Amino acid sequence: MTSGVTKTAGNKPVKEMGSAVVFFAGDSGDGMQLAGTQFTDTSAIIGNDVATLPDFPAEIRAPAGTVAGVSGFQINFAASDIHTPGDRVNALIAMNPAAFKAHIEDVEVGGIVVVNDSEFDKINLRKAGYSEGYNPLDDEKYGQRFKIYRVPITRLNAESLATTGMGAKDIERCKNMWALGLIYWLYDRPLDTTVGYLNDYFGKKKKLPAVAEANVKALQAGFHFGETTEMFTARFHIARATITPGKYRKITGNEGLAMGLVAAAKLAAKQLVYCSYPITPASDILHSLAAMKNFGVKTMQAEDEIAAVCAAIGASFAGQIGVTGTSGPGLALKSEAINLAIMTELPLIVVNVQRGGPSTGLPTKTEQSDLLQAMYGRNGDSPIVIIAPQSPADCVEVAIEAVRIAIRHMIPVIILADGYIGNGAEPWRIPNETTHPDLFKPIEVKHATDPAKYQVYGRDENLARPWAVPGTPGLMHRIGGLEKQDITGNVSYDSANHQRMTDLRRLRVEKVADFIPAIEPHGDNSGDLLVLGWGGTYGSIVTAVENARQKGLRVSAAHLRYLNPMPKNLGELLSRFKKVLIPELNTGQLRLLIRGKFLVDAKGLNKVQGKPFLVEEIEHAIHKLLNNEWGDQDSITPSTETLGAEEAAG
Amino acid sequence: MPANTELPVLTAKDFASDQDIRWCPGCGDYAILNQVRKVMAKLGRTREGTVFVSGIGCSSRFPYYMNTYGFHSIHGRAPAVATGVKIANPALDVWVVTGDGDGLSIGGNHLIHALRRNVNLKILLFNNRIYGLTKGQYSPTSEEGKKTKSSPMGSIELPISPLSLAIAAEASFVARSVDVDKDLPAVIERAGMHNGSAFVEIYQDCNIFNHKAFEYTTDKDTKEDNIIRLEHGKPLIFGKNRDKGIRLHEHKPEIVKIGEGGIKEDDLLFHDEKDDSLAFLLSRMSHSDGFPEPMGVFYTAPDDCYEDLLAKQVADAIKSRGEGDLEALFNSGETYEVA
Repeated sequence: MTSGVTKTAGNKPVKEMGSAVVFFAGDSGDGMQLAGTQFTDTSAIIGNDVATLPDFPAEIRAPAGTVAGVSGFQINFAASDIHTPGDRVNALIAMNPAAFKAHIEDVEVGGIVVVNDSEFDKINLRKAGYSEGYNPLDDEKYGQRFKIYRVPITRLNAESLATTGMGAKDIERCKNMWALGLIYWLYDRPLDTTVGYLNDYFGKKKKLPAVAEANVKALQAGFHFGETTEMFTARFHIARATITPGKYRKITGNEGLAMGLVAAAKLAAKQLVYCSYPITPASDILHSLAAMKNFGVKTMQAEDEIAAVCAAIGASFAGQIGVTGTSGPGLALKSEAINLAIMTELPLIVVNVQRGGPSTGLPTKTEQSDLLQAMYGRNGDSPIVIIAPQSPADCVEVAIEAVRIAIRHMIPVIILADGYIGNGAEPWRIPNETTHPDLFKPIEVKHATDPAKYQVYGRDENLARPWAVPGTPGLMHRIGGLEKQDITGNVSYDSANHQRMTDLRRLRVEKVADFIPAIEPHGDNSGDLLVLGWGGTYGSIVTAVENARQKGLRVSAAHLRYLNPMPKNLGELLSRFKKVLIPELNTGQLRLLIRGKFLVDAKGLNKVQGKPFLVEEIEHAIHKLLNNEWGDQDSITPSTETLGAEEAAG
Repeated sequence: MPANTELPVLTAKDFASDQDIRWCPGCGDYAILNQVRKVMAKLGRTREGTVFVSGIGCSSRFPYYMNTYGFHSIHGRAPAVATGVKIANPALDVWVVTGDGDGLSIGGNHLIHALRRNVNLKILLFNNRIYGLTKGQYSPTSEEGKKTKSSPMGSIELPISPLSLAIAAEASFVARSVDVDKDLPAVIERAGMHNGSAFVEIYQDCNIFNHKAFEYTTDKDTKEDNIIRLEHGKPLIFGKNRDKGIRLHEHKPEIVKIGEGGIKEDDLLFHDEKDDSLAFLLSRMSHSDGFPEPMGVFYTAPDDCYEDLLAKQVADAIKSRGEGDLEALFNSGETYEVA
């Protein structure tokens, strides 16, 4: 949190800040995700740049009051361009002892901690795992490190709604809005966006005007509490960011992928057929698309992951755009079918919203550890096109690009998103044909129609075979997973043909590189260190590199959207830097590819802790590498120890 | 001169592709292939409007031999691929060819769900009670005690009844026939005309690894004693001399002799192909328990097809919300201007 001038508004001084990170934490039934998204919407609408990180438990309702059941939402909002949800929390809202325990170590020294004092009773303290008779709020070590505000939120909320005539349970459900109101006051935000939402959602959509009214009342009561009590000595203001002018909305990665796929289908004048089996954290794509049937979208909730990809392949064979979405374990199940699409040379999109692995792993936590699975996780030599979005807002473009490639090259494409991108939100400058002419270029589809010229595995200049759709007279043909003879497409076990077809499958992927832009470094074209990344680490890497450059270090960043094939100039770019650092949320998968392909001694910063990189972790690695403190190891892992390092008592 | 608007009449030969057939000589698949080609011609189907989808196994080579569109997919997954084809283009006539290993073992799940959804697919399951392509292991329909390469001391698994499974999976058309039986074309034809998922089990002789497994249904001297030819609304009569019948006794079928002890045809069980409980009961009658095995259409009940309902939801959504507009979609939710 960067602090600035102090002025006075109302009865309290207002401190001007450059940015702030707020974290809402509570039980998974406490409505923290709603409080977080509302805070985000309001901040975006009043002109801040925002980046968010929702954090929810794997269990839908883990035992109430336990650390396992804590649901959190982190928001970074700023008066300048930001790329990450922030490293250190400036203000934590802890709705119960478990939430306090789970996230107190994320708060910066001197940071604000607002606790719902009503919930810090014997039972809840025990549920959180604190030892009998211990209350962390009475522990001086926290009191010295943080500004702790003990607000009996549950009680104050109940009192403010006592006259509504609602039941105690319904009243209690409003306490997230009470807390949100208080934090709105603390950060000088208007209530109107949330009031509008509550009236629309509860009042109009759910037809519960009394509930809407109570929530609005709670929100206002929380806000007024901040204003009237002497508890808070100051409040904060974060000015509008200077953002590229235009029309914006907030977007999550999963929403972006859904919208991008729909847009691509429109641009190709095709029907989108999305077949998927529910899996965290990819299900939201299915939910979004299922509600977009008026775009001609057909969604199929398949009986399993394999059926989902097979139905998508069937849809592509029949001439529409077949797409399947999943997460890591689902990608494993789809491998054989993806190879069928590689062999039959059909357009297919596979979206993998990565999560922590292996096996069931960490379903709700983010990781980038499916790169090698996407690249090599199939039998035989089976190259595939892989692209990865760098942020939630980037997902729209990446989805359109994936469909463009799949159709132009008659080839399957894997999109590697991740849980952080999928669930995270950021402002998205809404594109139109004037601002983004390339994005809206129609996707050209060439269907074979002429029996005289048709060869099942004949090829165009991009080595793509013709897309002959069932229903077309005279083009009847049979395809399948057995090796096909070049040109004719007949089954062939001929050894020379298999060599040729294997080479062709590789060349077909390489051919895609003719259509992808050169990789441009962020910073100078040469220097002491290139920090190379891919996927959702973009924001942390760019921020860390900008910070290092401000300190005069000769560091640049480069980001790979295309993982396979890679941009043609990547080898040349790598050669212009003395050292290469590859931060990844895995144990070094891109590093292995880069070392193998370019014989570059790239070093790794590798983290698998279910969370994105902190900017300071990457900065630390940059300094270590440039100050020759790295040693002879191939990679380092950010310390899991947090500032202060003391275990929460209990 | 008026243009010739008459559609060419196709024959079975027109449905034959130019590929050499690679099944073992004497395989029951040849007979089925010939009958399917004939039925396609008889039903007036077009080559370009027809798609054959298969999985893996001997039977799954089928699409290569049809001059239609064809997809030889991966093991067990044909119903899923075919569902995708139907979703993308409901106008296509889509057939699935599978076997007892492909359809009931590795692909059992997809079979169940394609039937349950009532996707308008014609699923032909060639049951030879053995794994042929992998050279002779027992299959999910192999009888208990079956000695094979992978069960040298005899299979210790109970076989599954494909028809019982299909009925339990809410199939809207369930039938059975035998590769060389005279009624096979009629059964395939009725499946082809059914609106909804049609499941046909076809007993098929693997003359290499399980020869004569179904001889009791094909031997001209004994077969009529071992099968019952089902006819809607008719009593269950069988036997070379048509002197035996099936009667219900305490909810269980029993074999009775007509005329013996005053038993008349009216006392017998009458077939009703609209009755799924009866269909299930019939599907449980097996040769190994001493019963004649029913052949023909067990059950049929037209119902809305999955792909049509899906297309209707799309049409309804367009009707109520208007054709989706990209600009409106991008601009949905809370938007704000940055000046």
